[in-house]
Amino acid sequence: MHASPFFLSDVAGFLGGYYAFIAAMNGVFAFLLWRKYGQPGWAITWSAFAAAMMVLASLALSGAPSLVPALPDSVRNVVNALSGPVLYSLGTVALFTVLFIFRKFFVQSMVAWTILNAALVLMGLSMADQNFAAIVMKPDNVPIVGLVFLLAFFTWVATKQAVVNDERIARGEPPMEKLNDEKVLVWPDLVYTELICMVAVAAFLLLWAICLPAPLEEPASSVKTPNPSKAPWYFLGLQEMLVYFDPWYAGVVLPSLVVFGLMAMPYLDFNKKGNGYYSIAERKFAYLSYQFGFLVLWITLIILGTFLRGPNWNFYGPFEYWTPYKVEVLNNVDLNQMFWVQWLDMPLPRAAADAPWYSQLGHILLRESPGLVVLGLYLVALPPLLAVTIFRGMFAKMGFIRYLIMSNLMLLMLSLPLKMALRWTMNLKYIVSIPEISLNF
Amino acid sequence: MAIGETIRNSQIWKSIFRHPMPLDRRNRIVVMLTNFFLHLHPVSIKKQGIALSFTWCMGGVTFFLFMVETVTGVLLMFYYRPTLEWAYNDILALRDVTSLGILRELHRWGAHAMVITTWLHMYRVFLTGSYKPPREFNWVVGVILLLLTLLLSFTGYLLPWDQLAIWAITVGSNMARATPFLGYEGPGQQLLTIGGIDMITDKSDARFGLLGARFVGEETLNRFYVLHCIAIPLAVALLLAIHFWRVRKDGGISGPL
Repeated sequence: MHASPFFLSDVAGFLGGYYAFIAAMNGVFAFLLWRKYGQPGWAITWSAFAAAMMVLASLALSGAPSLVPALPDSVRNVVNALSGPVLYSLGTVALFTVLFIFRKFFVQSMVAWTILNAALVLMGLSMADQNFAAIVMKPDNVPIVGLVFLLAFFTWVATKQAVVNDERIARGEPPMEKLNDEKVLVWPDLVYTELICMVAVAAFLLLWAICLPAPLEEPASSVKTPNPSKAPWYFLGLQEMLVYFDPWYAGVVLPSLVVFGLMAMPYLDFNKKGNGYYSIAERKFAYLSYQFGFLVLWITLIILGTFLRGPNWNFYGPFEYWTPYKVEVLNNVDLNQMFWVQWLDMPLPRAAADAPWYSQLGHILLRESPGLVVLGLYLVALPPLLAVTIFRGMFAKMGFIRYLIMSNLMLLMLSLPLKMALRWTMNLKYIVSIPEISLNF
Repeated sequence: MAIGETIRNSQIWKSIFRHPMPLDRRNRIVVMLTNFFLHLHPVSIKKQGIALSFTWCMGGVTFFLFMVETVTGVLLMFYYRPTLEWAYNDILALRDVTSLGILRELHRWGAHAMVITTWLHMYRVFLTGSYKPPREFNWVVGVILLLLTLLLSFTGYLLPWDQLAIWAITVGSNMARATPFLGYEGPGQQLLTIGGIDMITDKSDARFGLLGARFVGEETLNRFYVLHCIAIPLAVALLLAIHFWRVRKDGGISGPL
């Protein structure tokens, strides 16, 4: 901990406003519940919560180290000690799985509102930690915090409507969207909405620009490499993949495949249902594939890369100081080493230095045979196997070419989580490693 | 007689606006057909197509942010010179001296917001199944626009020429070094030799093409500046026109034709 004695008094004003904002938000919500929705019980509950937030706001405004609401040191230490790439990745997958399975429960307004408030309070308590605040309040990281809340909000909006529609469809009724089929004139109904949206966005952007100065660091110097050196935040998911893959795959091939896969999507999805309305049940496979790629692989890796990767790309807990002296042991082993040296107790097959090219090639192929067999099974043998088992119906509907593209895109997307799991469990570095042509996978 | 009416009956007003005030049903239809800025829209639209809980308005917000970026970007170009000598100092002046230095904040936060709203727009289009026929191709156009949005942001990231800028671009563009066959550290580039001479070196590979040099330097600044201010915005403008035109021709933002 490199605590500055002025940190808490510096952050006190922000935190006071922050808690007062939560209080105001809940006050308005309680008022609406009382007057508009006729739920006085809930109105009282959220009024009480708003009052509690006002207490936190006044405590925060005191700026006194003993009074500013913060997570206890013990909790922060436990969180730091427990967090790591494995728990983070498995935890987010588990979280999304729970949210998906119990979506009917989580989309209820009161549940969602409770979760939102819990997240906001937790965020506020964490902001009183200097290390946490240092990363989250970096100007270019602020948009990511916004992105997280926006994504949570819109996912809730979409899932709520999907749950309603799926229940209606199960009862044989049309989705809600079909009930709104009548036509209205674009002037005034649409153009006024657009105008209001433009004014609102412009006002928001001005407020943002006034409150938060754009970052400007020291002048560029090609000899002073910052540690960590990070790409712009929207590419940090790709940078995080560099932990598990070489740049040619993580930085070039996989991103190209993401773009290609997105473009191919409408031609691969043969399901005619779910066109023009929110639904999950009618298009579960497409829905889960997209959400896995977008929320689990793209978004959570950006968050990991931005907030939890520090100097030397080491993992740091959310309340941990980014010391550049943290040392992590890297003892990853290639599959060829595991196979020949560890399991067969033999040296790696190697041709004599003056052997002809075909002998060199033969030895390379022999050396890499375990990895090539694994990859061959995965990318060549698995698609037909799936086509006659769990994807039997899809294969019949898609035809050979579309099925081949879909299954390979899917397997290549899954190559990332699989490689992660292999790294965590077996310390596997490369499945195939041919340094002779810089090809490591 | 009200002054407003006098103005609206004047020859000048009538020569600019080809339609009367859209106060009754007939003129609300006429205005959509005769006004250049409104003709992008249809005359009438399904109620569902304008419900905020359904559309999230994110495509529209993205387009609005693109316009904000264009206007603030053009104004910023008055203040900024893309050379090693001036780039950083001009940004410094925008922060400390220039009266309307907040333009830079608007431009930077608008850019971040545009990346986010593009993702949210795409998320909504996916979740409502709006990429399905007849809109497959418009989704493809949208994916290219997403890519161009990221490239706009990426090329702009370099221009302040501070530590944050050059190292983010260095980290990002180092990937090109590993392009299969075309990057000098990429797999397979060893195979591209003619008579023992390497075709792919650090002076001829994909990264060199991107940076215009072997490292992020003045050539890169110039290259990214031109891409950021001219080449990519023009491509985006063209694709936006196609994107919007297809929305009209494909029968609105979602649902089967």
